Amino acid sequence: MKQAIHIFGKEFRTYFVSPIAYIVISIFLLVTGWFFFMTFFLFDQADLRNFFALLPIIFSFVVPAITMRLFSEELNVGSYEILLTMPVTIRQVVLGKFLASLVFVAAMLVPTLAYPISVAFLGELDWGPVIGGYIGALLFGASFSAIGLFASSLTRNQIIAFITGMAICFSLTLLDKMLFFLPQVLLGFLQYLGADFHFRNISKGILDSRDILYFLSVSFVALYGTHLALQEKS
Amino acid sequence: MIHVEDLTKYYGDLCAVDHINFDIRKGEILGLLGPNGAGKTTTLRMLTGYLRPTSGTIRVKDYTIEEHSLEIKKLLGYLPEAAPLYHDMLVYDYLDYVANMRELERNRKLSRIRDMAELCGLNEVMHQPIGELSKGYRQRVGLAHAMMSDPEILVLDEPTLGLDPNQIVEIRDIIRQIGSEKTIIFSTHILSEAEATCDRIVIIHRGKIVADSSTESLKQSASGECLINISLKNARVKSVEKALGSIDGILDLVHRVDQEGILQVSLTCRPPIDLREEIYQAIKRTKWVLLEFRQEAKTLENVFRELTSEQGELE
Repeated sequence: MKQAIHIFGKEFRTYFVSPIAYIVISIFLLVTGWFFFMTFFLFDQADLRNFFALLPIIFSFVVPAITMRLFSEELNVGSYEILLTMPVTIRQVVLGKFLASLVFVAAMLVPTLAYPISVAFLGELDWGPVIGGYIGALLFGASFSAIGLFASSLTRNQIIAFITGMAICFSLTLLDKMLFFLPQVLLGFLQYLGADFHFRNISKGILDSRDILYFLSVSFVALYGTHLALQEKS
Repeated sequence: MIHVEDLTKYYGDLCAVDHINFDIRKGEILGLLGPNGAGKTTTLRMLTGYLRPTSGTIRVKDYTIEEHSLEIKKLLGYLPEAAPLYHDMLVYDYLDYVANMRELERNRKLSRIRDMAELCGLNEVMHQPIGELSKGYRQRVGLAHAMMSDPEILVLDEPTLGLDPNQIVEIRDIIRQIGSEKTIIFSTHILSEAEATCDRIVIIHRGKIVADSSTESLKQSASGECLINISLKNARVKSVEKALGSIDGILDLVHRVDQEGILQVSLTCRPPIDLREEIYQAIKRTKWVLLEFRQEAKTLENVFRELTSEQGELE
């Protein structure tokens, strides 16, 4: 377990040593800030519903950009060999890197706390959905981090890792919006698989165990897939 | 200390390592020699637990690689080929990270980092990113990484690859310095290096062990014979065989005609008898034109070439 924490520490620090962290965070803040406040004053309502409605789409390409280097770079440079010949298990490695990207997502969300705070000055803000939204965003970030990590473990090319991860994340986000073509029978099932569907519930301020379970199981399945992909390499 | 039995590794259909067996005793410096693609790196990677063997076992002390790979990893320090390190990290941060991963406690960690920096000559570059270091320095960081936890066994994959002659000597000195108390396995394709540093040499070729003996005895078996190479023009094979084959003391005669029609003959003989004079006299009696006449002691290099060339050097 200690090793996982050391790996987490190293990965997290590496984000902020290289410019990646600052670029990703600035782009994220720019895009969310622009889209949120572009329409905010038109609605004349003191809530963050639009911000959280945007988040799944933005996460779909920002989170894979965060995770793309975690394994691909190591596989490409060859440092993966050094990592694995230290006294660690693959599980610890996966866990450490997952934690690093999850905490990075959290760090990226911290500056956005300025939105609810400034909105609260403008009008009566209902904090319930906001808190729910942030918890949901973390769960959402966790499952997309796990998916991105999985994509990264498949290839030594960071760009391929990014595109693969983004494709999976986008499909999950848009899944429940594309269902009107499909027969009624499949509807409930496929809707349940859509990430946005569950996130909408949470960001309304409703913490349903089904939604939480959904995000946790997506994370688990993706991390397990990562574990298998890495095991296959030795 | 280390016992390797029937170790085999397939990459798909390609057999990289083919049922090899060897033992390494405590305190020994073992050189793993072989041409490129012989299976050296694969063998070392299995030894360090990075690759899983297709079949066969590796036993380190009382641990086997299948069941106790974590314990074995704790005993080993490993420097992979070309030291693939994290380019974004500072040297100090990297060594600190390695020490943490190896679970050194705080005081020991600091003193080990200091000692390793001293031993590997890293003091001037401690606060530079690894990516900006020269290859030689990177290799030294890799070496410091491998030795951080003071492991009993060091596995070094081509530690001198791509270094300039001065750096090679430095790295070799470091290896010898630590080799007095540690078990070291290192791979190389440079013979003189193995000769200079190893107690024992294992030569592998196409995944198989073709020689396994102490450096001394390998050298002795090599220096037992010498080769005399002659190039002749206007000579026919039959008459050459007749004229030279009858000289006493020639153990072996191999010949080959090159593209220009010149007959290349190499004769094996055993010192101290010097046959050069007799051979010269024999050639003088004929009408052959002598283009080249050269005697060479069979060195480790010849042995290596003989063992690892595809169809024998001279046939």
